[in-house]
Amino acid sequence: MRLTCPVCGERDRREFTYSGAAVALERPGAEAMPEAWDDYLHNRDNPAGVTRDLWYHEQGCAAWIVVTRNTITHEVLGATLASEAARAGGGR
Amino acid sequence: MVDLKSQTPCAGRVPLRVGPLSLTEDTPEHMTAIAPYIGQDQALSDALKSAHGMAAPGTGRMTGKSGARALWFGQRMILLIGPEPEAGLAEFAALSDQSDGWAVLRLEGAGARDVLARLTPLDLRPAQFRRGHTARSDCAHMAASITRLGDEAYQIMVFRSMAATLVHEVKIAMGRVVAQK
Repeated sequence: MRLTCPVCGERDRREFTYSGAAVALERPGAEAMPEAWDDYLHNRDNPAGVTRDLWYHEQGCAAWIVVTRNTITHEVLGATLASEAARAGGGR
Repeated sequence: MVDLKSQTPCAGRVPLRVGPLSLTEDTPEHMTAIAPYIGQDQALSDALKSAHGMAAPGTGRMTGKSGARALWFGQRMILLIGPEPEAGLAEFAALSDQSDGWAVLRLEGAGARDVLARLTPLDLRPAQFRRGHTARSDCAHMAASITRLGDEAYQIMVFRSMAATLVHEVKIAMGRVVAQK
């Protein structure tokens, strides 16, 4: 498996560390209801299909990236810097 | 006071020679991590040029020449190798001294690329990884900085604490490549 780091280009999977669903970029506001915080902290989808995850390019340039991939076909559809995704609003 | 004797990271382990391949240590006087502040990249590059004679390197590139180099060292990070950084650079970037923190090795000779290919997943094909190209990658499971210095000459850097492991791993790979010839 190879991931395309937006900084370094195509690299081997072993340079990266997996973090989890990119929902971590969608932190609720301070006024949000407990249900929103429950979703943010605990509830995760387990999609058969396209999913978005956070990966850390630990053995590489040290960037956090959002990788879009397909859990059925194992196709990697793209990657963006997490910092840019967060600025663009929650990474969606 | 105890009189401590300074040692280089690979003291007593290199130089090594296996067939046409050599592994030697480079011991630059200073190494400084330079992290440009947001929006100050061009100003930093200009300051670097006037102070040390080389512009800031782009992603995956190295600038300068032997003795004073600027190495791309990760996301928004440059490593100045050789000279002591001019104080004025601190206006545009965060500077941190790394001088004793990294082991710097030079692998050279016919087959150097085959040796490195045994240790890292990087695409080392000559057309892809050219002279002056650099990358942060995995080398024998260690976080490394790998730079192509010449036709069959590479610089490999790891944390100082991993120097002995790196020398050990490269030495084994050198032996295997030479044995296959």
